[in-house]
Amino acid sequence: MYTEKVIEHFRHPHNMGKLEGYSAVGKVGNIVCGDVMWLYIKVDQDERGRDIISDISWETFGCTAAIATSSMVSDIAKGKTIDQAIAITNRDVAEELGGLPPVKMHCSALAADALNEAIYNYLTEKGREIPPALAKRHEHIAKEVASLEKRYQAFTEKAETKAEG
Amino acid sequence: MTKRVYLDNSATTPVAPEVIEAMLPYMTAEYGNASSLHSFGREARTAVEESRATLAATLGAEPPEIVFTSGATEADNLAIMGLTLAAPGKKHIITTTIEHHAVLHTCQWLEKRGYEVTYLDVDASGRVDPAAVADAIRQDTLLVSVMAGNNEIGTIEPIDEIGSICKEHGVLFHTDAVQAYGKIALPIKNVDLLSVSAHKFNGPKGVGFLFIRRGIKLAPILHGGGHELGRRSGTENVPGIVGMATAARLTFEEMDETAARLRGYRERLIEAITAIPETRLNGGRTGCLPHIANFGFARIEGESLVMRLDEHEIAVSTGSACSSPNLEPSHVLVAIGVPLSMAHGSLRVSTGRQTTEAEIDTLIDVLPQVVSDLRAISPFKVGE
Repeated sequence: MYTEKVIEHFRHPHNMGKLEGYSAVGKVGNIVCGDVMWLYIKVDQDERGRDIISDISWETFGCTAAIATSSMVSDIAKGKTIDQAIAITNRDVAEELGGLPPVKMHCSALAADALNEAIYNYLTEKGREIPPALAKRHEHIAKEVASLEKRYQAFTEKAETKAEG
Repeated sequence: MTKRVYLDNSATTPVAPEVIEAMLPYMTAEYGNASSLHSFGREARTAVEESRATLAATLGAEPPEIVFTSGATEADNLAIMGLTLAAPGKKHIITTTIEHHAVLHTCQWLEKRGYEVTYLDVDASGRVDPAAVADAIRQDTLLVSVMAGNNEIGTIEPIDEIGSICKEHGVLFHTDAVQAYGKIALPIKNVDLLSVSAHKFNGPKGVGFLFIRRGIKLAPILHGGGHELGRRSGTENVPGIVGMATAARLTFEEMDETAARLRGYRERLIEAITAIPETRLNGGRTGCLPHIANFGFARIEGESLVMRLDEHEIAVSTGSACSSPNLEPSHVLVAIGVPLSMAHGSLRVSTGRQTTEAEIDTLIDVLPQVVSDLRAISPFKVGE
């Protein structure tokens, strides 16, 4: 079900772990639904004064696809300017991995979302202007989290009732 | 290459060499259709009927009470659908929240067609309370279906007690015995229908049977040549049936010895795996089938765990949401109240007749490192 590339990234993930001296972190997903990704970026200026992602790392709780997409998005974004990184989509991540099973496409969305959130937090912290597309995606991600929480609420309540009983 | 470790016997088992040997003649020299008049047909018919008698004897049943099917999914469907079709006046079914999908989805399908289904809850060990069955029975209850042993956590259900309650109330009782058959003694004096699948006890895939107690009216769901006394049309799978009977004979000959050995493996696994930090046993320690143990690991996702163990040539399974087609965690783990964070990190280890101590050793050796590697990737740290 997984491509060789997915398995390769899952077995030997790149840029794994917490980043020392990071500039911003993007936290997405929810433990209740089974995927959580924290993506750290370090931003520096290149010789032309542009913001570039000089280093990147991640920590992920999730399945094979979630780990492979974390690894892949970090590879793609590393060394890119902020503007270039904003343009990275979940489709790019999935394509670079040679495709993902349809039911696992949400994992690649999570990876792109984590990058999006890290950049959003970086720009917010610096008091910079947020590009409209980035702001829109940020809102969308927040909505997604709310809907997932709602979807899994029944499961959570059930588990809590049993634990108390 | 080192030998691969197979600890996913609740999914399927290897076909025993004796079983293959017994099946082969019915694909080569004696390949007749059991319905044919000539000698080829008679050979096949004899083989089918001898197999039926062997299988009936394992349950203390009569041969005509055994109906061959393509497996347990069909047997479950035939039991539930066949009874509803034969008694259209009764519109209520009682089952549990932890049944196999072959039962659950059949019940849900019937709900969309005017049936009412009561799904009984289970306790934290996965056990159904027989008193709850009695409470749920109504005037229009047709059937109670409760599995004999759970396929994910191994809980043994009190089928004798439940069956006796059903008998008192004049309600039919079906049990899906896929995991329990050949593993523990099954009391069937209060059971009306019972489903079995051959590939769970070293028989071939694609064959199973439904025990239907004499006198129970059941309409066929497959129509055609009127095979199996009109209860299941379709040319008998002669090699499969012979293979299933041979596998049953082997299994029942040494059931007690095998069960004792697998229980020993289970205890070893529980001791060693629950010694890994932030790990729990899902389901009860006792009152379980000898061959299934289910564990929960905090801060790890089960599919990743299965894939990492696969790198080490160890085959196990998980009830994680990520491994399911609808991305929902195992209904069984949710039903017994496993917290969702732990349900995502579940691991089912299931042994079989051919499992060796060395396989158990390998898993116990490899698992702690794999768990700690995956936890190192996770954003959640100890105590969070």
